[in-house]
Amino acid sequence: MIPAAFDYQVADSADAAIAALAEHGDDAKLLAGGHSLIPLMRFRLATPGVVVDIGRISDLSYINDGGDHVAIGAMTTHRALETSELLAVEAPLLRHVAGQVGDPQVRHRGTLGGSLAHGDPASDLPAALLAHGGSVVARSPGGEREIAATDFFTGFLETALGADEIITEIRIPKAAGVGWSYQKFNRRAQDWAIVGAAVMLGDDPKVALVNMGSAPMRHGGVEAGLAGGGGTDAAAVAGDDTDPPEDLNADVEYRKHLARVLVGRGIAEASG
Amino acid sequence: MEVSVTVNGKHRSADVEPRTLLVHFLRDTLGLTGTNVGCDTSSCGACTIHFNGESAKSCTMFAVQADGAEITTIEGLASEAGEMHPMQQAFMDCHGLQCGYCTPGMVMAATSLVAENPGGLDEAGVREGLEGNLCRCTGYHNIVKAVLSVGGAG
Repeated sequence: MIPAAFDYQVADSADAAIAALAEHGDDAKLLAGGHSLIPLMRFRLATPGVVVDIGRISDLSYINDGGDHVAIGAMTTHRALETSELLAVEAPLLRHVAGQVGDPQVRHRGTLGGSLAHGDPASDLPAALLAHGGSVVARSPGGEREIAATDFFTGFLETALGADEIITEIRIPKAAGVGWSYQKFNRRAQDWAIVGAAVMLGDDPKVALVNMGSAPMRHGGVEAGLAGGGGTDAAAVAGDDTDPPEDLNADVEYRKHLARVLVGRGIAEASG
Repeated sequence: MEVSVTVNGKHRSADVEPRTLLVHFLRDTLGLTGTNVGCDTSSCGACTIHFNGESAKSCTMFAVQADGAEITTIEGLASEAGEMHPMQQAFMDCHGLQCGYCTPGMVMAATSLVAENPGGLDEAGVREGLEGNLCRCTGYHNIVKAVLSVGGAG
């Protein structure tokens, strides 16, 4: 499976990447780790005329203490996340979830910014961002803006990013000591989650679901139950107000059942 | 477009189309056919190489992304004198292969895994660490045994 022909450009800075996007518009795609984009190109589901390689922008790869949050460069690999000592203390959910993506080879190449920008409802990291209540910093020719995770994922493989915007940083509020859990259900190693659930307890509990709608989502009903002291009983509504896909792995009812079970396990583990 | 890479310690360069996948560049342009193409969809790991020291699936990279990079393939593991790398020897000693198709990728994934775990691996760590490589012959037991004999804890 060979991708359609394209023009290849290397961007050596975020500004160079933005300039390339401004020049080529919708015909251009950014190439970070490439582990979402290249498979789509090989199936010719994506046929960009211009591929802008941002994989060499080394100053977008960092995990820094930002005071009340952890600041993570968009080009930080999953491997760097899963081995970060800072994240082990301040954002252990994100660190753990990064280690659940794909397999070691994928995690050596895949990046946090790339995974979020791809916006796949079946991928793990968007749920971690949502459960952490994090945000995404996007830069365009007009300047920088910070987009809350809840505003970022807008549809199937669609995000709030503009055609001329690039993610530069991801911000994760510090969550040291807060109970958390990630429950990923699949049938084979390295597979996508059939359903997944990310749970963060604390004063403002958050629950995010994987593969339960067209976009990565938070579940307000479960969160309200948790805030009201419902504990694991809050999981009873985890299938409500969802619109999961139906495929060879699972039908809609089974996915709703999985959501209830996994959220319940997640709450129990996070409370333990 | 011109791509210059260091493969198995040797500088190589060639003119390629941007859409050329790294695995095809290695096999067809450089003639290094030890790296296999299996599933062609980044699942099976037969195409695993080391890219700047870390395991990567060369079917899910473009050759142009490797410009300036250091790559090691299965051909680069043995010594110049032909002495096998300890991991290759372990696969032989433990009968960690049958048809051999997955073996180059398995060995490259395993050497990267062991390098990342200097404190040693347990069986679960080996099995999880090789989740990106599929073998349809062995049932994995002898592969895990081989990797543990090189990189096991204690």
